[in-house]
Amino acid sequence: MKIAVCVKQVPDATVHKKIDPATKRLDRFGEAALNPTDLNAVEEALRIKEAAGGEVVLVSLGPEKAVESLRKALAMGADRAVLVADEGAAGSDLLGTSRALAGALERVEADLVLFGQASSDGDGAVLWAAVADRLRRPLISQAASLEVGDGTITGKRQTEHGYDVISAPLPAVVAVSDAINEPRYPSLKGIMGAKTKPQETISLGDVGVDAGAAGEAGAKTTVLELGPPPSRGDSVKIEDDGSAAQKILDYVVERRLL
Amino acid sequence: MKFLVFLEHHGDALEKGGLGALGKAAALGEAVGVVLGEGASALAPGAGAFGASKVFASEDPALAPPLPQPRVDALAALVVQESPDAVLFGASVLSADVAAGLAARLEAGLNWDLTDLEVRDGELVGKRPALGDTVMVDVGWTDAPRLALVRSGALDPVESGGGAEVESFEFETSDFSTLATLVEQTQEESTGPSIEDADVIVAGGRGLGAPDKFTLLEELANALGGAVAATRAVVDAGWYPYATQVGQTGKTVSPKLYIAAGISGAIQHKVGMQGSGTIVAINKDPNAPIFDFCDLGVVGDLHEIVPKLTELVRAQRGS
Repeated sequence: MKIAVCVKQVPDATVHKKIDPATKRLDRFGEAALNPTDLNAVEEALRIKEAAGGEVVLVSLGPEKAVESLRKALAMGADRAVLVADEGAAGSDLLGTSRALAGALERVEADLVLFGQASSDGDGAVLWAAVADRLRRPLISQAASLEVGDGTITGKRQTEHGYDVISAPLPAVVAVSDAINEPRYPSLKGIMGAKTKPQETISLGDVGVDAGAAGEAGAKTTVLELGPPPSRGDSVKIEDDGSAAQKILDYVVERRLL
Repeated sequence: MKFLVFLEHHGDALEKGGLGALGKAAALGEAVGVVLGEGASALAPGAGAFGASKVFASEDPALAPPLPQPRVDALAALVVQESPDAVLFGASVLSADVAAGLAARLEAGLNWDLTDLEVRDGELVGKRPALGDTVMVDVGWTDAPRLALVRSGALDPVESGGGAEVESFEFETSDFSTLATLVEQTQEESTGPSIEDADVIVAGGRGLGAPDKFTLLEELANALGGAVAATRAVVDAGWYPYATQVGQTGKTVSPKLYIAAGISGAIQHKVGMQGSGTIVAINKDPNAPIFDFCDLGVVGDLHEIVPKLTELVRAQRGS
């Protein structure tokens, strides 16, 4: 079974993120890491491979230096990586990103495409559904557990109201929730081995995407303006001297919240 | 400006998120609703009271399970038929998948996590807080149809009275849309409002100390007519159901009052609740980060304060 895992390089969690006022895009300089919840998708792919055999291929769209971040997932045990790196892809919105990823995934010809939960750099939980539509494959999202059967995959989707068990024939697209597993740490052997694993860097042209269909040119959403968020106003801090409950009640009543 | 608003429903009620978006659409232009799936025809007229001038409904069997892909087929057909300027969704697990699938299908721009919408110089503009709500970004679209997902709880439904004309419509399902099937559905037991719908949320974190201490919060929420929420840490520990998880990998909520008990206020939690109207925090650690973004911070033991507060609220409400 061939499993493709879509992963993304994001600014490291410890870095103070900012938006470049000139381009109105997220400033992507500085330390970078793999999107933390993508590791859950990598882990799930490795578990499926360990049980059923096959290959785990990382698929990513990003700058050329993203290969460094991909190496961490290779060290965890993924077999190879395909990175679509193209200056023409900078500034892509959901349409361009999903088009490029779908193109790369078609090249990989995976039986199962896995995504992690929403990325930590501001991308909403929307990419997989767009990719599934472009690939014309069934979709299971927000999967808290997965079971691979004979030519099928069954996932337990977490929703606002409970759980839905959803089954789909392969090939399929699945987005896993971060509750699905605990990603493993790469072993020393894995880290050493990652450097020699195949890493392919390809262009938008290689995945059949025209220059005008990705990047800013292909985007149908725009960023108009950046401003400060609405302010919270003054805050009050008190220490409980036995009357805190009464003070909370007074505060809430005064603001007509009761 | 003509809006098509996807009105998700659960059981016999339309979801608040879709109705909130509908009210905003009605304020900005013509609001047309769409209800899909079992019970759609019976629920559709009710959307009139929240601003819809017309509601499309379909109970096509492909729409019976709450799965996104047949809904993309239905909405794509309706967009072609009705040519709306914009299509709005209240955010949910289902709606996000429908909106994104529709964006790819129609090659339409999608903006998400919007807390508000306005029309400026004849153009639709979305408001999107970014980077942990430290920046407010105004976003736009290059052309129609403009797709938008509205953050849950950001827009309140507005009851304006009025009826809506209901119309059925036809669409074809794509060959791949019905491959995924619903095998089983488990509803989580809940009493009172869901956290997306509640005006008051009482949330608990690790500071509760033990799972059974959630009873304290349930009693307070009950007295306030609110819902109980939890942090990722306690949901992962199995203390409370995932459906109540607020934060980066859970729900984003914005009730009028959010009471955080025993929650330190990690950034992952903050992004899910900082849009709340008034935030009251109770924590015994005076240096807890939550004290930096609450309105009223109380340094003290929640195990003493919460039960007292419950009694006081009950007395206040009883009087």
